[in-house]
Amino acid sequence: MKLSNIIANTGEWLSGSGPHDQIVVSSRVRLARNLKGKPFPGWAKKAERVAVLEEIRGAVIMLPEMQEAFSEKLEDLSPLEKQVLVERHLISREHAAKGVGSAVVMNTAQTLSFMINEEDHLRMQAIRAGLQLDEVFAMINQADSELEESLDFAFHSELGYLTACPTNVGTGMRASAMLHLPGLVMSEQVNKIINSVNKIGLAVRGLHGEGSEAMGNLFQVSNQTTLGEAEEEIISRLNKVIYQILEHEQNARQILLQQRAETLLDQIGRAYGILCHAHSITSKEALNLLSFIKMGVDLGLFPCGNRLQVDELFIETQPAHLQKGLQAAKLGSEERDSLRAALIRTKLKKMPEPEIGKIPTTSTTAQSPTSEES
Amino acid sequence: MFCDVCKSKDATVFLTQIVEGKMQKVNLCEACSKEKGVNDPTGFALADLLLGLGAAQEIEKNPLGIRCPVCGFSQTDFKKTGRLGCSACYDAFSEGLSGMLKNMHRGLIHTGKIPSRLALTLIKDRELVSLQQGLEKAILEEKFEEAANFRDKIRSLESEGNRVEEGTQAVSEADPLSEQNRLSLIPKIEASPSPKSKKKP
Ligand SMILES: [Zn+2]
Ligand SMILES: [Zn+2]
Repeated sequence: MKLSNIIANTGEWLSGSGPHDQIVVSSRVRLARNLKGKPFPGWAKKAERVAVLEEIRGAVIMLPEMQEAFSEKLEDLSPLEKQVLVERHLISREHAAKGVGSAVVMNTAQTLSFMINEEDHLRMQAIRAGLQLDEVFAMINQADSELEESLDFAFHSELGYLTACPTNVGTGMRASAMLHLPGLVMSEQVNKIINSVNKIGLAVRGLHGEGSEAMGNLFQVSNQTTLGEAEEEIISRLNKVIYQILEHEQNARQILLQQRAETLLDQIGRAYGILCHAHSITSKEALNLLSFIKMGVDLGLFPCGNRLQVDELFIETQPAHLQKGLQAAKLGSEERDSLRAALIRTKLKKMPEPEIGKIPTTSTTAQSPTSEES
Repeated sequence: MFCDVCKSKDATVFLTQIVEGKMQKVNLCEACSKEKGVNDPTGFALADLLLGLGAAQEIEKNPLGIRCPVCGFSQTDFKKTGRLGCSACYDAFSEGLSGMLKNMHRGLIHTGKIPSRLALTLIKDRELVSLQQGLEKAILEEKFEEAANFRDKIRSLESEGNRVEEGTQAVSEADPLSEQNRLSLIPKIEASPSPKSKKKP
C-alpha cells in the first residue's frame, strides 16, 4: 500500500460519524511501550534503534487488523509526506523530525497508527470520529494485547509500563478528545473552563495556539497523569469532564442564540462572505472563519449534507495538505495563502447558499447530551 | 503549535527538561531557538531559559553523580533531557524519581493493565499469597469448612494456571512441597462445592 493511496482518502476520524460529533471532532487513545532490556530511542545507538524497529515492525504488520497497512521508514518519507501525516494527527511532530531508525505503520482507514522509535520504542494510537474514547481504547488495547504475545514489553511490578519520560510511566496511556468550542470562546467562558479542568489533573489546550487564542476554536482535552489509576478510570474521568464541557458549549450556543442572535448571525455571515471572496488567506484566519461556518452548519443555517466538506477544509487548508497534489518545490507562505483561498472559494461555491439571517429553531440546535443518546 | 517565546511562528524545536524537580516543556521556532543559543537540545539547559541565565549551574552544583549500571545514563543526562536511558534507569534513579513521580501522578503504584505473560505470575502470586494466609489462619482457628474452601480456591487457581501456561515459567513459583504439606493438614470433609473463584481481568 502506498502513502499516496492512503492520503487520497480522508481518514475515518474526519469523514466518519460518532456520538456528539458536532462538538467532539475526534477521540484518540495512545499507548507508549518499550522493549525490555533495550535502551530507549533517545539514548540508543543507531544500530540498536534499527534492530528495535525491525523487531517491532515485524510484529505490527502481522496483526490481523493491520493486513491492509501502510508501513514506511521515516527516512523514506519526504518532508511533505511527513507533514501531511502530522496534520492528520497520525504521527506526532516529534516523530516527523526523526530519520534513520524510525518508522510508521498505519491501516487504510487511518484509525490505527504505530510510531516506531518516537520517544518510546512504540507509540500506538487509535482515533475515531466523535466521542468514542471507550471504543478507541478497546481497539488499541486489543492491538497491545496481541503484540505482547510476540514482544516483551518493559514492565515494572510497581510502576507499570516503563517509558522514556516519567510523565508517561504506569499505563503509558494518553487519551484525548478534540473539541470544537466556538460558543464558549465567543461568550468568553473558555479560559474559566480550561482553568477548572486543569485543576483536576486533566489538560485542555488549544490545538494550535493557547487558551482563547486557539485557532479554529479547537481544543484538546487529555489526561495528564498516567500512574496510580487504571486505564478505565482515567477514561471515565475524562468522559465525565468532556460531557460537562459539551453541555457548557451547548448552553453557551443557546444563550448566544437567545441573547446575541444578531452578533452570531453577523459573524457567521461575514465568515461566509470573506471565505467566498478572499484571494489570500492565512491558515489562522481560515481556521477561525471556518469555525464560524462549522457552527453555522450545526445551527442549521446551511443546508444539511455539507458538514463533511466544511470539516475537510479544516485539514485541507493546512500547509502540507495544500501542496500534496503539487509536484512543484515547496511553496512560500504567500503562494500558500492564495492557494488556500482558491481552494476554499471552490469548495464553498459548490455548497448551496446559506440562509443566514433566519434564526434557527431550537430543535435543530443544541440538545442535552442525555437526550441525544438512545 | 506556536513558539513559546515569540508566539507567532511555528515551533520546530521541542525541549523537555527537569527543572527544580518538575517537568518543563518549551517549544521554540527556528529563529528564537537560535537567539536563545539552543543549538543542541540535549546539551541545552532549559533552566537558563525559564529561570534566567546561570540557574542551570546552580541546580547542577549538587549532582548526585549516579549512573545507570545497565545503560550508563547519568542523573545529569536525565536532568538535561527529562528522559531516561533505559528501563533499568527507573531502579537506578528510584530515589530521586519517586518524589518527582509523586508530583506528576495521582499515585505511585500502577493499578492498570498487566501484560498477560506477567499477569499470571503477578496477579496469581498475589492472590495465592492471600489465599494461603487465609488458609493458615483458618487452620489455626480450626475453622475446617472455611479452610476447605480456601483449599478448593487455591487448587482451582493453580489448575487454571496449568491449563493456560502448561510447561512455562508462569506456573506459580511457590514451593509446591510446603503447599502440599499445608493442604494435607486439612481433614477431608465434603464441603459444599464452593463458588468458582472469580478472577479479575
Ligand atoms: Zn519564536
Ligand atoms: Zn539505564
